[in-house]
Amino acid sequence: MTATTAAPAKQPPEPDPEAKAMGKKGLSARARSERKLGWMLCAPAVFVMLLVTAYPIGYAFWLSLQRYDLRFPDDHKFVGFKNYGAVLGNSLWWQDLTNTLVITFFSVIVELVLGFALAFVMHRVIFGRSIVRSSILVPYGIITVVAAFTWRFAFDPTTGFVNGLLGTDRSWFTEQWSSYFVIIFTEVWKTTPFMSLLLLAGFTLVPQDVVDAARVDGATTPQRLRTIIIPLMKPAILVAVLFRTLDAFRIFDTVYVQTRGAQNTETVSIIGYQTLISRLNLGLGSAVSVLIFGCVLIIAFLFVKGFGTSLAQQRGETP
Amino acid sequence: MPTGPAARRPRWRGAAVAVTGLFLAAGLAACGGGGDEGGVPTLNWYVYNEPSGAFTDAASACNEAADGKYRIKAVNLPNNADEQREQLVRRLAAKDSSIDIIGMDVIWTAEFAEAGWIKPIPKAEADQVTKGRLAPAVKTATYKDRLYAAPFNSNAEMLWYRADVTKEPPATWGEMISEAAKLRAAGKPDMMLGQGQRYEGLVVWFTSLLESAGGHVLNADGTKVSLAEGPTKKALQIMRDFSRSPSTPDNFATAREDDGRLEWEKGTAAFMTNYSFVWPSANGNAPAIAAQMRWARFPGVDADTPSKVAIGGFNLGVGGFSKHADLAAEAVSCLVGDDNQIVNATKGGLLPVTESLYDDKELTEATVEVTVDGKKKKVKAFPYADVIKAELKDAVVRPQTPYYNDVALAISRTLHPTRGIDPDKDVERLRKAITDALNGEGLL
Repeated sequence: MTATTAAPAKQPPEPDPEAKAMGKKGLSARARSERKLGWMLCAPAVFVMLLVTAYPIGYAFWLSLQRYDLRFPDDHKFVGFKNYGAVLGNSLWWQDLTNTLVITFFSVIVELVLGFALAFVMHRVIFGRSIVRSSILVPYGIITVVAAFTWRFAFDPTTGFVNGLLGTDRSWFTEQWSSYFVIIFTEVWKTTPFMSLLLLAGFTLVPQDVVDAARVDGATTPQRLRTIIIPLMKPAILVAVLFRTLDAFRIFDTVYVQTRGAQNTETVSIIGYQTLISRLNLGLGSAVSVLIFGCVLIIAFLFVKGFGTSLAQQRGETP
Repeated sequence: MPTGPAARRPRWRGAAVAVTGLFLAAGLAACGGGGDEGGVPTLNWYVYNEPSGAFTDAASACNEAADGKYRIKAVNLPNNADEQREQLVRRLAAKDSSIDIIGMDVIWTAEFAEAGWIKPIPKAEADQVTKGRLAPAVKTATYKDRLYAAPFNSNAEMLWYRADVTKEPPATWGEMISEAAKLRAAGKPDMMLGQGQRYEGLVVWFTSLLESAGGHVLNADGTKVSLAEGPTKKALQIMRDFSRSPSTPDNFATAREDDGRLEWEKGTAAFMTNYSFVWPSANGNAPAIAAQMRWARFPGVDADTPSKVAIGGFNLGVGGFSKHADLAAEAVSCLVGDDNQIVNATKGGLLPVTESLYDDKELTEATVEVTVDGKKKKVKAFPYADVIKAELKDAVVRPQTPYYNDVALAISRTLHPTRGIDPDKDVERLRKAITDALNGEGLL
């Protein structure tokens, strides 16, 4: 460390030619060597990442190009993109993709609104701050499968309390809309705390003196929220929404536990599980997994592309 | 440099080495599995954790009889059959040689045999383990005319009804549905309980109805879809009519065996198709209802033709990569012996596969202890032995194909929810779904 930082400092300020060259290349010798050091420092992590993520992803892609069923080990051959054709040409994939997007959209929207409110409470609370904050976080600490079972039993007409509470006599998992309702409700209950935690970080980004100045200028509370707080929090909101969207898109446990995909609530992860683990069709199942990965990449790309400027703004890179 | 970090370092490193060592040791122990102790080969028996301990009793009895030739060690699998299969398949696909004996659901035989995950049972043992056994049970263990497993226990659904509600049990589904309507009008318990969730239970129901109507899911060698128009339509009509009856619970579309049992014990129901585990349960939880509880053959489609019900139960197979295949086959033949079947029945409530045992006093006179209001009480364990024996003798086997899992998925997906079945259109939909499943291509 000392060597790299000290070396350029010792050199006398060089005349123009080299500085111009550096300007053209955009990198000084110091920046270059810092970059090299940076690469060396992350090399171990990059290597481990390649080993544990790039290799399985590459292998899954390779498998997705084969006809490969564990039950027929001898019937194993390269089929190109045929598996992708079979998945994309099947109405079930599109149906499940729609189901997944419906669950993702509604759960993220509700979580955003509730999470914002909870973050606001956590931010402003004066008495019993730690109790409020930790009690809000409890659902997030519960394992998803456990939460899914809890709500399944709660909504069950024979053992559950929900019908008694609402004065209804409904069988929640026998109709499509009510199945969706319970699944989204469980998701919201479980992950709103995560959302509010990320948004709480956003609240701390808002300098109190700006808010105070707005108040002095006579801005009302809704005005302050709309014109000062939310714009300043935008980067945090976007990060929170991105994280939750990616997570919600891969939803598996809640649906698997509560409906097993019945009542047309099946998601893309469930179809991947069924093809890979139950049907042991590695080729077709890998194609499903690679397509899910592709969807996740597209979502991430849209978010970063659409909101990239505001992230850069936060780091002060653009005016 | 201050001494602090330097002095701490070795300790830290020591801890890291210790932790790494621990992980490695745990990993090795996990992989090790069956070491042969003192020259006696250990046979690992992968089977679900039977709660009464009947399986471990059988293993001890056979170990004693083997007198040092081999030692069977039970390795527990989950209780859910799908999860058992998932764990087994993962190991078998990786050619795990530590799997010597496998407790297999009767529907796995074709898949495991085709993939080479189980070995055919040698002639000598095959003769022994099929002697006097119920023919349908032997059929479940047979694939392409070879015996791949030994029948271990059996089961089938019966019709349960109440003597205080109906005198004569309905012989057909049609009779049952109209009887329930009459009971409903008279203000008596009228509910009909079955299995309507999108899972294996729906496949059992459909197969039983279809075969009772004279149809088959697949052709004789299991390579093509059969589903003759007439019987399939009849089966689908019954499923729809039953599901739409006001006497079927609202949550039928999510009901499994245990949901039926719970509802039955509440006393609202007149009829229930379910397995025999409901009998000891009702005697413990709802003695008043159990006192009125009667059993009959699973309802048929036509009054003149006796029903054919899909057989369940477990077989024992020999692992395809076992290092002790011959010994494992010997051990299997011991484990499925009549004495062990009696223990399975009297201790674990598992029905035998040897036909004569259904008339054996040890079984017909056997009792089971139930707890009623905190007091222990003994009731007859198998009062229904003759009914279930007759049923099992005529039972049918679910489709025997390596693609069973896909076919079952196709059936339960196409027919669920059963309220929405359209018998005219769904015969074709079902044929198409099963044809796709048999091709092993496309999503299901």
